[in-house]
Amino acid sequence: MSRIEVLLCAGTACLSSGAREVKAALLEALAEEGLTGEVRIVETGCMGPCELGPIMLVYPEGIYYIRVKPADVREIVREHFLKGRPVRRLLWAGELPESKEIPFFSRQLKVVLANCGRIDPEDIEEYIAVGGYEALSRVLTEMSPEDVIEEIKRSGLRGRGGAGFPTGLKWELVRMAEGSPKYIICNADEGDPGAFMDRAILEGDPHAVLEGMAIAAYAVGAQHGYIYVRAEYPLAVQRLETAISQARRYGLLGEGILETDFSFDVEIRVGAGAFVCGEETALIASIEGRRGEPRPRPPYPARSGPFGKPTLINNVETFANVRHIVVRGADWFSSIGTEKSKGTKVFALAGQVKNTGLVEVPMGITLRELVYDIGGGAPNGKKIKAVQIGGPSGGCLPESLFHLPVDYEALTEHGAIMGSGGIIVLDESACMVNVAKFFLEFTSEESCGKCTPCRVGTKIMLGILERIARGEGTEEDLVRLEELGHMIRDASLCGLGQTAPNPVLSSLRYFRDEFLAHIRDKRCPAGVCPDLIHYVVVPELCRACDRCRQACPTGAAQGTPGNPPYRIELSACINCGACFDACPFGAIERRPGRKER
Amino acid sequence: MITLKLNGREVRAQEGQTILEVAREHGVRIPTLCYLEGLSPRGSCRLCLVEVRNWGGKLVPACATQVEEGMDVVTHNERINRIRRLVLEMLFVERNHICAFCVSSGHCELQDLAVELGMDHVTLPYRYPGLAMDLSHEDYGIDHNRCVLCGRCVRACSEVEGAFTWGFQGRGIQIQVAPDLGGPWGDSETCTSCGKCVQACPTGALFEKGVGTAAQTKRPEVILEVTERRPRV
Repeated sequence: MSRIEVLLCAGTACLSSGAREVKAALLEALAEEGLTGEVRIVETGCMGPCELGPIMLVYPEGIYYIRVKPADVREIVREHFLKGRPVRRLLWAGELPESKEIPFFSRQLKVVLANCGRIDPEDIEEYIAVGGYEALSRVLTEMSPEDVIEEIKRSGLRGRGGAGFPTGLKWELVRMAEGSPKYIICNADEGDPGAFMDRAILEGDPHAVLEGMAIAAYAVGAQHGYIYVRAEYPLAVQRLETAISQARRYGLLGEGILETDFSFDVEIRVGAGAFVCGEETALIASIEGRRGEPRPRPPYPARSGPFGKPTLINNVETFANVRHIVVRGADWFSSIGTEKSKGTKVFALAGQVKNTGLVEVPMGITLRELVYDIGGGAPNGKKIKAVQIGGPSGGCLPESLFHLPVDYEALTEHGAIMGSGGIIVLDESACMVNVAKFFLEFTSEESCGKCTPCRVGTKIMLGILERIARGEGTEEDLVRLEELGHMIRDASLCGLGQTAPNPVLSSLRYFRDEFLAHIRDKRCPAGVCPDLIHYVVVPELCRACDRCRQACPTGAAQGTPGNPPYRIELSACINCGACFDACPFGAIERRPGRKER
Repeated sequence: MITLKLNGREVRAQEGQTILEVAREHGVRIPTLCYLEGLSPRGSCRLCLVEVRNWGGKLVPACATQVEEGMDVVTHNERINRIRRLVLEMLFVERNHICAFCVSSGHCELQDLAVELGMDHVTLPYRYPGLAMDLSHEDYGIDHNRCVLCGRCVRACSEVEGAFTWGFQGRGIQIQVAPDLGGPWGDSETCTSCGKCVQACPTGALFEKGVGTAAQTKRPEVILEVTERRPRV
């Protein structure tokens, strides 16, 4: 029995910031002090505050150490593990709180992520120890498929992939569909820039997804499942493979599960990472071994999935919710959230907030709480002006709408979408023309090229945005953007094209004045668009250190060392900002407005 | 039998028929481009979009959508006409469709559509990507600048000839049809030189070598003639 338990976050972010090295140092330090048998180390899935990694959570006290470096480990072992004195300088905010007292955690409600950061995802026994596979055994021994569907329907669970289709209804459609065999597909082709909810679940609690899939298979009458996961998620694939082989060994996948006559097995399909393959019909084509291209619906996969067979396709997070609904009941689940959006939602919080990372919140929480209480507000004292929610299919909502709840209908009504859970917080240093351009660049690159509006239309819209960003736009362009945006939304073949104009349309709706500033005044108010800014030296601050001149690629920054002030020759300047970044005295100012050539 | 509404008129149809088939039976013309009788529908050009009023006004491709009981279909209205016109403009500006120098001028489905939809000029910026031609095949050539990416050649080659020579490569605006794994058509090991792709092509993208400007006529109906003679499985 170990005296101390160290949970070491082994999510992708913490691994990138050196969690493996920390573990090696820890093992070494423990051996040196003769504590090897007394301290148990568990590598867990993502704990959430990725910005602060590598993270170490020490029990029994429940103390969070953040940004742990291998060099810190010996001090933790000697001071904390041996003498019982936690190392203050490595604590979250320098305090010793219980995790529930840290606002980042206290406003969250972890259901789907409850096991992430708590158990070893590579050990099925840890999952079982915290109640894993209880739901499956209950379903197989006590419930009929109809009971299961009824329970899911009553819970109000809706698809977490973005569109929010009622999950129970989808299950029922597949159950009633004619044809056999039937398939279950877990859509793990998460592709929104900056979003990693599904990856964290697969890496941190893979059995929860397998259990959800098995329950769904029982409910709809399927025996074979696919998990479609992108090759860019090697750790998720590896942990899934481990989980699947362990589940098979324990009789929780395969023939005659839990000694019933129910059989179900799962196969991993690794995708090449095309964004469009997150669209269900393109994903199905890819599973079949064809080019990842969508096809018109109807027929929906519930009637015609892979090889023309009835298929249930749900997102990772949707499946991960299922076992909780079965064990704790539909009433419990539907008690969380708003009238039409029940349960919790996982978000990848990114951008200009203090605490970025992975969070799970009850539906109905306001955007303000999400940004300020959990996110901790802007890190640099700047004013937050918008959130981009829903990724390339979503939209930008201004600060004046931060009272909106996290709710499918409320977000859609205001031009954004719930999406799969990407949230990017934008402060006043973000240019909305540039943000709109960024997302459209992404979707036009990721368009499969099958249908005309998406293939050609997004490129034409992008061309207009690029012109506006250069200060060459006209007010007519804004009308054209809206006309094309509506047309592409209505006429595109699949969800990629149908939602691609959203970031542009919502930015035009709430930040039209920023577009107009680019057009009328040839000015980028946020000072982002390179053609609409210029750099000047503030003479009083310049110390003639020469760094700007050395950084400048075109010889525009000029002067003699030790002889201030330097100057920027605008005719040679390309607005790259190298001097601005190089100046240690803040003597170079970025000013909105085109330089006078 | 299924009963549905077509432009406000009640019509009867067989189960499994597409909206396009039913509309044609009742003398309603819906413009099409990627659709070709005898091939599976692709639903990609978006010219045949029709509005299903009782599906919340959703636009669906008539060629690829089967009729359902009680469906309320509108084939022409201001919204649909505007979208068709914009789709057609997009196809015209995407590559190069200067008819005066095209082998298919006067025998071109894209050109005919412009006439049908009254598209006498475009309001979108031309892209003119200047794509390379492939003249390596002994009998045929392909000018990607004239290609509208309808995929009729791809389907004719795989579904009718069974050669699977043509496919798509690249994505988004970079997409192109390509023989085998790319590379010159003349080097293709799978091409049977049957010419079905050329006959199926609606524009001057695929052509017979040696024909002059406006001299390339095509018989896309051969695809249906061939498939109709085959025993049904």
